[in-house]
Amino acid sequence: MCDACGCGDSNVMPVALSERVLAVNDRSARHNREHFHDHGVIAVNLMGGPGAGKTAILEASAQALAALGEAAKVGVLAGDLATDHDAARVRAAGILAESITTGSACHLDAEMVHRGLHRLAWRTLDYLFIENVGNLVCPAVYDLGQDANVVALSVTEGEDKPLKYPTMFRKADLVLLTKTDLLPQLPEIDVDRIAANLSMVMPKPAMITMSVRTGEGIDQWIQWLHGLKHSRATMRGSIVGAV
Amino acid sequence: MHEYSIVQALFDRIQDAARERGAVAVRRVKLRIGEIAGVDVGLLQTAYDLFRVHTICEGAWLDVEQVPARWTCPGGHGDIARGQALVCPACARPARLEAGDEIVLEQLDLEVP
Repeated sequence: MCDACGCGDSNVMPVALSERVLAVNDRSARHNREHFHDHGVIAVNLMGGPGAGKTAILEASAQALAALGEAAKVGVLAGDLATDHDAARVRAAGILAESITTGSACHLDAEMVHRGLHRLAWRTLDYLFIENVGNLVCPAVYDLGQDANVVALSVTEGEDKPLKYPTMFRKADLVLLTKTDLLPQLPEIDVDRIAANLSMVMPKPAMITMSVRTGEGIDQWIQWLHGLKHSRATMRGSIVGAV
Repeated sequence: MHEYSIVQALFDRIQDAARERGAVAVRRVKLRIGEIAGVDVGLLQTAYDLFRVHTICEGAWLDVEQVPARWTCPGGHGDIARGQALVCPACARPARLEAGDEIVLEQLDLEVP
C-alpha cells in the first residue's frame, strides 16, 4: 500500500534508503586514503579555477623542495581535460608526474585517481599532489582520499569568489592567494577583504599570500606542508600506539 | 556540470535497488540536497530528465528536498547567524556544519508486480 503520496496504489513499495548518492566514490576515496596512510604519503588535492596558478605552484614547490633535498619525494597526478601540458611542465621542473586525462569530465573522482596511481611510483613519496581540473565548482564535491584540500585563488579573480563558491572554500584547509606581484596594478583589490570573505565560508580560515615570481609565501607554504606531514605522522603514531 | 555524473551514480544505485526488490518501475525518487553541497538542483533535474528516458525511471517523479545550511557552535552556544563569519561570537570556536552538505537518496517508491 502506498503511504507515500496517498494514491492508495497497492503496487507501490516505498523503500527508505537514506544513502549518500556518491557512496561508490566515497568507497574508492577510502581505499585511496588507506593506501596513502599505509605508505606514509601525504596527499594534497590542489584545486582552483583555470589559470589560478596551480601548475606554477607545483613548479615552485618542486624547486623549493629540491633546494631542501626533497625533490625526489614529490609526485604529481595532474587532472587535465585533454592535454599532458600540466604534467609535462611539472616533469620539466624535475618531479615525477602523470596526467589523468578526464575528457569532458569537469572534475577528478576517486576512481580516476586510483587508476592514475597505477601509472605513478607513488609509494616512496612524501607528498603526492593531485592537481584537480581547473574549476571552482565540481571538484569540491568529490572526495579523492586526500589528507588536505588546498585551493589556489589568484588576486585577479576578484574578492567575491569565496562567497560565490562557498562549497569549494568551505572544504579548503588552506587557500593560496596567488599572483600577489600583480597587486600594484590592481588598486581595487583588497587582500584583507578576501580574507574577510574567506572567514564567512571557512570555519578555520587559513590563507597564504603567494607569488612564484617574487617568491613571496613559498617558504610559508613549504612549512605548512611540513606541518601537515608532521601532524599526520603524529596522528598515525598515536593511532598505532592506541592499538 | 558534475550533476550528470551525480545522476549517473544515482541511476546505478536505483537500478540495483529496483532489481533487488523485483520492481518493474520507479514512481518517485526522493533526494535531499544541501544548500552548500555543490549541486545545482535545476541542472540536476535537467540531467535526470535526459537520463531517465528508456530506463526504469522513465515515469518517476524527482522529488528534491533542499536543506538549508546550518552552522552551530561546537561549544553549545547555538546557531551561527547567516551572513556572519563562521566562528562562535561567544567563545570564538570555529563553527560546525550541522546540515546543508548532503547529497542523499532518501527514498524510492517502487512499482512491484
